[in-house]
Amino acid sequence: MSDNASDALLTASGLCRYYVLPRRTLSEPRPVLRALDGVDLELAEGGSLGIVGESGSGKSTLVRILLGLDQATAGTVHYRGRPIVPGRPRPLRWFRREAQVVLQDPLSSLDPRMTVASIVREPLVCLDVPGDHDARIAEVLSAVGLDPEWRRRYPHEFSGGQQQRIAIARAIAPRPTLLVADEPVSSLDVSVRVQILDLLQQLAADYRLSLILVSHDLGVVRYLCDDVLVLRDGLAVERGRTESVFATPTHPYTRALLEAVPRLPA
Amino acid sequence: MTALLEVDEVSIDIGGRRVVDGVSFDVAPGGRLGVIGESGSGKTLTALATMGLAPDSATITGRVRLNGRDLLGQPERELVDVRGAEMAMVFQDPRTALNPTMRIGRQISEPLRIHHGVRRRAAAMAAEEWCGRVGLPDPARIARAYPHQLSGGQRQRVGIAIALACRPALVIADEPTTALDVTVQAEIMRLLRELVEQDDTALVFISHDVALVSTVVEQVIVMRAGRIVERAAVDDVVAEPAHDYTRELLAAARLTHLEAAR
Repeated sequence: MSDNASDALLTASGLCRYYVLPRRTLSEPRPVLRALDGVDLELAEGGSLGIVGESGSGKSTLVRILLGLDQATAGTVHYRGRPIVPGRPRPLRWFRREAQVVLQDPLSSLDPRMTVASIVREPLVCLDVPGDHDARIAEVLSAVGLDPEWRRRYPHEFSGGQQQRIAIARAIAPRPTLLVADEPVSSLDVSVRVQILDLLQQLAADYRLSLILVSHDLGVVRYLCDDVLVLRDGLAVERGRTESVFATPTHPYTRALLEAVPRLPA
Repeated sequence: MTALLEVDEVSIDIGGRRVVDGVSFDVAPGGRLGVIGESGSGKTLTALATMGLAPDSATITGRVRLNGRDLLGQPERELVDVRGAEMAMVFQDPRTALNPTMRIGRQISEPLRIHHGVRRRAAAMAAEEWCGRVGLPDPARIARAYPHQLSGGQRQRVGIAIALACRPALVIADEPTTALDVTVQAEIMRLLRELVEQDDTALVFISHDVALVSTVVEQVIVMRAGRIVERAAVDDVVAEPAHDYTRELLAAARLTHLEAAR
């Protein structure tokens, strides 16, 4: 991580998100769940950051706040020095063009009643992206390895891997600088998984994208990310260059996580 | 030694499409077999057909024998005596496998009462004992709890307790840890391994994850598009895969897998 704040694309400091839970007893105050409890992070322009954690660690909450989709209880997010505060859509439209997201399950993140072309067109229209939209749709479809001839088909006509390619095409259509992928390969078969990871890497290089990859799978993060942040119960327990964290984990939790992964016999 | 489970040339057609094509394998008493395949390879359907749980729309041919007794084509009232008693299944998603309206204790004791005619009081005690055996904290409390009050890992422990309650000769585990975190997965695998070793239960372990399968079984079959493309000892498959598809699968797994323990 760099000390120079000016080359940071995205910075977050002291992010907290507390949820006040329903009352358990009449006499006691309502319990508070600390989903995020003071997380800092920094992503350099062109960098790639992996966020690793198990269920309930706060990784999805963190992503929602970074994307301006959820209000942090405390802490700030800045993109190129501009604050990201959730609210009405219009003031954040510039940020939507800059940052796009790919979600875990393509079948539920793609509208089953829309054709591939209209799915990919939607962000171009909604974000007032200038230029020839039809040409851009054809361009991104071939960039993700889909035949532009398939534009009139519907999501259910595609395999899981192809559906995820459609979701990626939609994300890169408005030429974002930052791509956030939340468990992008968890629902895919092993052989397809590597293809999608390779595609993300290729696109990141071709379009000079910065990447945030959220995953419970340590292997996936190591394959794709320069830096890694390990979350547990809303706290960042370890961070650093991916190679060094994997080679010499310092926090016991990171070690436990690494040891729990099944290995192929040598 | 005669095989405990013999699956012989089983083919399954659904809607005129052949989804499992001439699959044969044996499992010896106390043996452990891994079934590796990606989605659509027919691995789950083969397991369901073995258990007599394949959907009604499936046309199944071939032969499935457990302890020399033919199972395929037997009427349901014959199968219910075998299922749960002599062979049982651990399902992928413990949220949907458990009955949300039934207390944990009753779900574990139900097969005991039905198959072994254990009285209610004794069955309830056995259920509590099983909660302890599968490593659930405070067994008395858990036995009275409902599934939604448990974490995913705890629910899968219950799923394992239900499957093993009648001490079946064969357990089929279909991706039992896919819905779980890695640290929980490691605990569940350790538990499953311990329990099948203690009772000398035969295990068929189904997964897409070669590394995971290699932690519990000796022999594997690799399935693709309804056929078995390779069968061998798991170490041999990893060291020298014979089939192109297995090689691809391993190459893909290697790219994102972590090095063997340092």
